[in-house]
Amino acid sequence: MKRRSFLGFVLAGPVLVTAAPTRADADITEILDLNDIMTAAALPTSGLISVEVNPDGTVSFALPRAEVGQGITTSTAMLIAEELSVPVHRVRVTLADARPELLFNQLTGASNTTIATYTPIRVAAAVARQRLLRAAASLLNSPEAGLRLDAGVITDEKGRRVDIGALASRAASPRTLSVPVELAPRESFTVIGRPQNRIDARDAVTGRKKFAMDLDVPGAKPTMVCRPPTINGKPGPVGNLAEVLAMPGVTDVVTISTGVAVRADTFGQCIDAVRALRVTWKAGTVEGKSDQSVLKELAAAELPLGPRPLTPVVEGRFTFHFRSNSALETNCAIADVRGGRAEIWSALKSPIVAQQTIAARLGLPPGRVTVHVTEGGGSFGRKLFFDAALEAAEVSEKIGKPVKLMWHRADDSRQGRTHPMATSRVRIAYAGGLVLGFEQRHTSVTTDLGHGLGELLTAMAASLPIGDAAFAQTFFQFSHTSPYRFGVHTRLLAETGKGFNTGSMRNVYSPDTTCARELMIDQLASRLGRDPFEMRRDFLRDERARAVLRAAADAGEWGRAMPAGTAQGIAFHSEYKGVSACLVEIDCRPATVNRPIRDGVGGPRVTKVVFAVDVGLAVNPRGLEAQMMGCVMDGIALALTSSLHLRDGYFLEASWDNYFYTRQWNTPPDLRVIVMPPTSDEPGGAGELGVAASVAAVACAYGRATGTMPTSFPINHGTLSFTPKPTTPPIPASPLVPSDGGTGA
Amino acid sequence: MPEHTFRVNGTAVTVDVPDDVRLLWVLRDILGVTGPKYGCGIAVCRACTSHLNGEAVTPCAIPVSALGPDDEVVTIEGLAATAGAELHPMQQAWLDQDVVQCGYCQPGQIMAAVALVRRVAAENREITEADLDTIRNVCRCGTYPRIRAAIKAAAGKM
Repeated sequence: MKRRSFLGFVLAGPVLVTAAPTRADADITEILDLNDIMTAAALPTSGLISVEVNPDGTVSFALPRAEVGQGITTSTAMLIAEELSVPVHRVRVTLADARPELLFNQLTGASNTTIATYTPIRVAAAVARQRLLRAAASLLNSPEAGLRLDAGVITDEKGRRVDIGALASRAASPRTLSVPVELAPRESFTVIGRPQNRIDARDAVTGRKKFAMDLDVPGAKPTMVCRPPTINGKPGPVGNLAEVLAMPGVTDVVTISTGVAVRADTFGQCIDAVRALRVTWKAGTVEGKSDQSVLKELAAAELPLGPRPLTPVVEGRFTFHFRSNSALETNCAIADVRGGRAEIWSALKSPIVAQQTIAARLGLPPGRVTVHVTEGGGSFGRKLFFDAALEAAEVSEKIGKPVKLMWHRADDSRQGRTHPMATSRVRIAYAGGLVLGFEQRHTSVTTDLGHGLGELLTAMAASLPIGDAAFAQTFFQFSHTSPYRFGVHTRLLAETGKGFNTGSMRNVYSPDTTCARELMIDQLASRLGRDPFEMRRDFLRDERARAVLRAAADAGEWGRAMPAGTAQGIAFHSEYKGVSACLVEIDCRPATVNRPIRDGVGGPRVTKVVFAVDVGLAVNPRGLEAQMMGCVMDGIALALTSSLHLRDGYFLEASWDNYFYTRQWNTPPDLRVIVMPPTSDEPGGAGELGVAASVAAVACAYGRATGTMPTSFPINHGTLSFTPKPTTPPIPASPLVPSDGGTGA
Repeated sequence: MPEHTFRVNGTAVTVDVPDDVRLLWVLRDILGVTGPKYGCGIAVCRACTSHLNGEAVTPCAIPVSALGPDDEVVTIEGLAATAGAELHPMQQAWLDQDVVQCGYCQPGQIMAAVALVRRVAAENREITEADLDTIRNVCRCGTYPRIRAAIKAAAGKM
């Protein structure tokens, strides 16, 4: 097999630091003469990612991405371990501060991290390997060709050994050099592609893992914001400022653009103070709106399908209600804005935009704003934005003190970002056994993609009316491949209405569009008297797609006899260079649906899931399996239980016992994830890939179990299963007694 | 301000804080014990689950004045010591099953799991799927199946 060659760097320094451009995708195998190499060597050495070998034998790497649970610090450590032949546990991966020169190369989104960093990280590690071998040859006075690097130790032919840590200084260079390297071919991998447990797991299970609110920044006291009763309402006069300022522990009360901020010795005292505040509020940005009124706006904005063909068609229209992308860690940030400079700590997936926006808001040059990216407690789209960091900076500037600002759960649910309500209309034309055309019209409340591609220029383009529409349409088309041979394909997106706080949610359009498409394929199969699995298999274009579908169907025993009221469903989705198929078994019998759950929703139970996935090359199959597992749990929630109800300009949900994300009582007791053998030398994206097939398979299974195709999601949206909390005060009081111990039995 | 004395992870502590401040904030904001996490503040998500005299509780709902000098609070940081090991069997099972994703809810999940296994053991029976269904702790990453597997694996070793 031909080895691919790349150009990396050795950076000047006291210990070995090697680097690669973040766009190390240029294969220099094609570069033939010295002139070409000199040209390539003249590339600016900014925008590099770098690997550092430390004298203690560890290897450090600052990843310009956000770790929010998706396991990229682990997969990154694996890439370095592979090329450098060091044990994974010797690789220390931290998260880089905002580095404006990286532009869109510091955006964690669209499941792109592994795709984009796979080559550059390995190039930097390969340069380090080459330098270490050269240094060892000189130290041992042994020919380089006879050296072996294994598990962080270099051994020569006489059996003499030297640890890479002992070579950290010797392998360093006093000046920056450009170095061509070859990368290890896939056939030789011993780390990439093998299951690896999380490198941060021990810290997490012992309580040592630090999230933003766990950091001890001197003087940064707990801070919360009293928020309006309706979405994006603005604060007017405060009736009792002096009284609240005199409450125990309270140090500051100040009006900011989004509400009234309170700083105190403890968050408990912030909660009490927020509840005590009497604020006159001005109208919000979606005053008076409700689910029904937004549905009418969507209907009015829907683009027409083409002229109805003369052939038979199946046609359907589906509604997807507002959903919350709130993570378990609420929006939060630490800010210290004093003396003409600002320092921010927060889990940020677009730290460069955050830095530039905060700088602009504070009137500071971006260079005076330092943004530290902390470990995140989940994201699901939420951390692409930096709402809490902006607020924290505003409060800190106004009071001249550092603040540790956290949103209450009720704030996160009611004022935080949502996946917008959408409708999707599908028409499939057919004749005989042939499918002649597929049309989809997706209509959505505008999705804020204002984080753009990670830097302010694209972010600004997206905030222009035309730019935003064009950007969204581009994103929609880009992320929607046509996996089936369905004749003439047209897919159009229409967006309407601003004023909601929206964003992506473990991806943008696909869970909805795929769910609608797959349900209609089941309808078509029924019309044609065909088996849903066989029809999909026969119409899928490529072999990778058919392979995952077959794998799920085989392992899940597709077509097995099931009792009445229970059924299987199967669905397919492709995106991010990956293909996936999901088989679900669901129990919709009354005894199951009506099982008693205190303060929660039982409903139909997904009893079994088989999920087959092919991302090309899975760097860490165990991590990929974990991502698919999470995606399945999201899919179950989206299909069956989780949504926000809009009424009078606010969302009713204010707690995890209002917003019914999947809980243990909804979890399938039988889940199997099949990671397909590698079909490529390059990895695909994984963080979001699995949601679409999962929600679609659950919907299809529900339709087959009940005999009625569901058309509105989640299926329980029409029934309000909780008593809404008041909007004034905006957050609930701290309870007085522990309710029932930790397990709720 | 009133003084409150109680025990945290084997050590007596005294804090000067108003009676009604909840234990979660005393631990996190005053004592710097940050293992228990905030996820809701109303005893719903259970990310702060810790043990009080061996029982699972949600510190966000316990006023500090409810604690006395004999009360022993164990947070995730002190769990391993209760088993006299570097890791409690539940923590080890968590590592073996690679349960953690973002990790934010995991301290509470582990403390709740330990209490569940103890309760089931006290009833002299094996842990069932129905027992696992009673766990209310929210995991927004959706790592529920691995949580179930880890609890079943640890139950035999506690």
